[in-house]
Amino acid sequence: MSELIQKSAAELADALAAGETTSVELTQLYLDRIAAVDGEVHAFLHIDAEGALEQAAASDARRANGDALHALDGVPIAVKDVLTTIGLPTTCGSKMLEGWVPPYDATVVKKIKDAGLPILGKTNMDEFAMGSSTEHSAYGPTKNPWKLDRIPGGSGGGSAAAVAAFEAPLALGTDTGGSIRQPGAVTGTVGVKPTYGSVSRYGLVALANSLDQVGPVTRTVLDSALLHELIGGHDPLDSTSTTTPVTGLVDAARAGATGDLKGVKVGVIKELAGEGWAPDVMAKFNESVDLLTKLGADVVEVSTPSFEHAMAAYYLILPAECSSNLAKFDAMRYGLRVTPDGDPSAEDVMKASRDAGFGDEVKRRIILGTYALSSGYYDAYYGQAQKIRTLIIEDFKKAFEQVDVLVSPTSPSTAFKLGAKLDDPLAMYMQDLATIPANLAGTPGISIPAGVSDQDGLPVGVQLLAPVLEDARLYRVGAALEAAIGPVLGLDKLDDRLAAGGAA
Amino acid sequence: MTTETLVPFDEVLERYDPAMGLEVHVELNTNTKMFCGCPATFGGEPNTQVCPTCLGLPGSMPVVNAKAVESAIRIGLALNGSIAEWCRFARKNYFYPDMPKNFQTSQYDEPIVYDGYLDVEVEGETFRVEIERAHMEEDTGKTTHIGGATGRIHGADYSLVDYNRAGIPLIEIVTRPILGAGEKAPLVAKAYVAALREILLGLGVSDVRMDQGSMRCDVNLSLSPKGSGELGTRTETKNVNSLRSVERAVRFEMSRHAGILDAGEAIFQETRHFHEDTGTTSAGRPKSDADDYRYFPEPDLVPVAPSREWVEELRGTLPEPPAEKRARLQAEWGYSDLEMRDVWAAGAMVLIEETVAAGASAQAARKWWMAELSRAANDRGVELAEVGVTPVQVAEVQKLVDAKTLTDKLARQVFEGLVAGEGTVAEIIDARGLAVVSDDGALGAAVDDAIAAQPAVAEKIRGGNQAAAGALIGAVMKATGGKADAKRVRELILEKLA
Repeated sequence: MSELIQKSAAELADALAAGETTSVELTQLYLDRIAAVDGEVHAFLHIDAEGALEQAAASDARRANGDALHALDGVPIAVKDVLTTIGLPTTCGSKMLEGWVPPYDATVVKKIKDAGLPILGKTNMDEFAMGSSTEHSAYGPTKNPWKLDRIPGGSGGGSAAAVAAFEAPLALGTDTGGSIRQPGAVTGTVGVKPTYGSVSRYGLVALANSLDQVGPVTRTVLDSALLHELIGGHDPLDSTSTTTPVTGLVDAARAGATGDLKGVKVGVIKELAGEGWAPDVMAKFNESVDLLTKLGADVVEVSTPSFEHAMAAYYLILPAECSSNLAKFDAMRYGLRVTPDGDPSAEDVMKASRDAGFGDEVKRRIILGTYALSSGYYDAYYGQAQKIRTLIIEDFKKAFEQVDVLVSPTSPSTAFKLGAKLDDPLAMYMQDLATIPANLAGTPGISIPAGVSDQDGLPVGVQLLAPVLEDARLYRVGAALEAAIGPVLGLDKLDDRLAAGGAA
Repeated sequence: MTTETLVPFDEVLERYDPAMGLEVHVELNTNTKMFCGCPATFGGEPNTQVCPTCLGLPGSMPVVNAKAVESAIRIGLALNGSIAEWCRFARKNYFYPDMPKNFQTSQYDEPIVYDGYLDVEVEGETFRVEIERAHMEEDTGKTTHIGGATGRIHGADYSLVDYNRAGIPLIEIVTRPILGAGEKAPLVAKAYVAALREILLGLGVSDVRMDQGSMRCDVNLSLSPKGSGELGTRTETKNVNSLRSVERAVRFEMSRHAGILDAGEAIFQETRHFHEDTGTTSAGRPKSDADDYRYFPEPDLVPVAPSREWVEELRGTLPEPPAEKRARLQAEWGYSDLEMRDVWAAGAMVLIEETVAAGASAQAARKWWMAELSRAANDRGVELAEVGVTPVQVAEVQKLVDAKTLTDKLARQVFEGLVAGEGTVAEIIDARGLAVVSDDGALGAAVDDAIAAQPAVAEKIRGGNQAAAGALIGAVMKATGGKADAKRVRELILEKLA
């Protein structure tokens, strides 16, 4: 494996700027890496070698011409298959959209194209982003590069695994209840859920519109900051988009890396610890908290009592919104069409296509959501869930009156075995216990590697949460912690596993 | 279903009180659609005015058309309504192939306009129709069923969907139950829709073409036992698309409901189709309170919160309310109630207003439009406004009459020429040789001839019998081909025989 592809995106950008490499060379290296390992990892659903090399050549030409370049111009990227891309399939991990090629780019895709980042391909995910393991992908699961019999998290397991396995230096993910942060935790990568509305959702095939957010998936905090600033900002095509400029994140990451957190108040969330949290995860988490104290931060315990109900509220709001969002998949205009025998009506075709096109988890949530919105149940379910949402926002508000950032483990355990929770939806849902509150409140969150478990040698993630529009705090504290923890190397382990033929 | 027994209208009223509710959908004439930048124009090639958003492609998102919100607010103000300080869009979920997202983005319990009213006049009596709400929503695509005899979905070989219409901004205006109209119920319904149409036309927010579907009316009707004060089970007759049909639909449903209730049976709550050719309705789909659209607030849109300053600014752009305008013009013109009602019914009010503005007196304007020109429009089967004569031309002709260049009789010939498309007023007078002979010299000769031809008559006049002059006047008029000013002829005769 080339040393070049182990470098961070920021380092690659420097190497490109210094003329030490070209975008075409880099892009080819990553395509070679994908060819070498993705048969095992299965991080990608579609690979666009031709398109990526074309974009890379264009980047090199710009550089040769001395045209103004974005910092990440020429650095390749992978895109979660839930974001629309002109000319590239967008399946959302579902049979329903097999072969669908969107006629338009998501705003974030347009932004990375305009900035000159070659798109390597589209990454695997749980169907329509429903899941915490990518096992709900209709195209087969992605495997954790650290140990191939383990899940890479989800829904964005493909993006996290691609970055963890050095198949891409950067990736885009989406986070509705933890789909960027939890895969980050279990693959030893950095994942950020920006403030709701600060990154455009236009072209993101919605799971739950009021919770979804696009964000960076990288190996370093600085890389996330670079990508976050690139994709953030107001979009007139997204009515929920904030007008506040998304700036100062890279500066915050660079400032944080110096390691001084004097005057920063950090709150440890009392409710996100204890029973249900694996001891090896708690051990690594406590080490991170100690490091924060050593860096000069003032660490206190805070209570967010309503978080207890976050899971229940989330599994009413999300299914409600997604039951309506997924109604458009009716075989009338695009995607899978199944025509039953006989003389079927349009309604018969819709039923047969939806039955064949959606997986069990998708059907489960459509049914849940349809029920929750039904007349006579709306107030008891959807209405109550919205009230809990308000309480959680209040909890955050009160907590942030006391502290600058909150901290918790990202995920209750390290990566579990493929298949272990497939028949137990509730156990699967519990993976997102710590990440869901931020989606309900719209607050930003980051997961960074906190080292590897003493038990199974698999990565543990620590989550930082900040107030709405204060994403920069995540980068300052995150970069400081990252520098203190030291790089979490998974590289050798991965190659060991792959060399052994993928045996666990 | 039982066979329908229709109870004669007068009998219905002996036993039942009607309650009506009218839901009117109006397509706004904004340049672009409700939630995207596609043109909102009518009649493009199918599926050419579409984009990811109005096609409901995965990942697309809506953005509210500010002009549509402005139109909704102006409509609300013109209907004496309150404008919400804060309201949201909601999703109305149901599956249908012409709905790209399988939900319609509409408003549910937070309409932008609420608590309005419209006063309508029927046969001299004023009814206040209370408006519960007006809300914004998007139109659906248009489905054409190919094959099969009926053009309906059943029996069709296949269906084509045109999404050009999908996403066109609609305002739905919903009345509260209209009670107490009794025998006038059909007329009140018609008058309400007509008054609403007039207001919307005046606001310039819609083409309000009922024939093209840019204004569509659903008629809810129920009967209750006379004097009971209850509300009966209703039916909803969809897409009643002319003023006359609104009246007929109410009348028919009243007779039909009464037949069912008389037989001791219950009204089946359903939608009904209206048939223009027969004036009857037929069963559509069952509709019950169990219809569940699973409304919830549209999470892709932020609330609409029009500032009070903006609302007041828009209030300032409202045209004079039609009823007030009518009263003002009647006073200005000095018409009797009866005259004004006739003018209104004939669609002549605006024409007269413009004729007066062009310089004619109100009496003269009314005379021409209500007699000569109404007759011509009737003969041709066209609206008065389309008869081929403009208000400016009417004023021009009247000016010539006032100047005695034309007589009324000649003026009628000028209008005949205008209606026939023979050219301008001047061209017609010239071509038809219609100018009055007012030259005393020429007239004097004709008068002398007439006196010479009828000496006996002349003698009577000399003897003081002025009434006898008529015979001589007639002769002079005949000799001049009717172009003489009869009044002047009379003066000349009396002078010469004094």
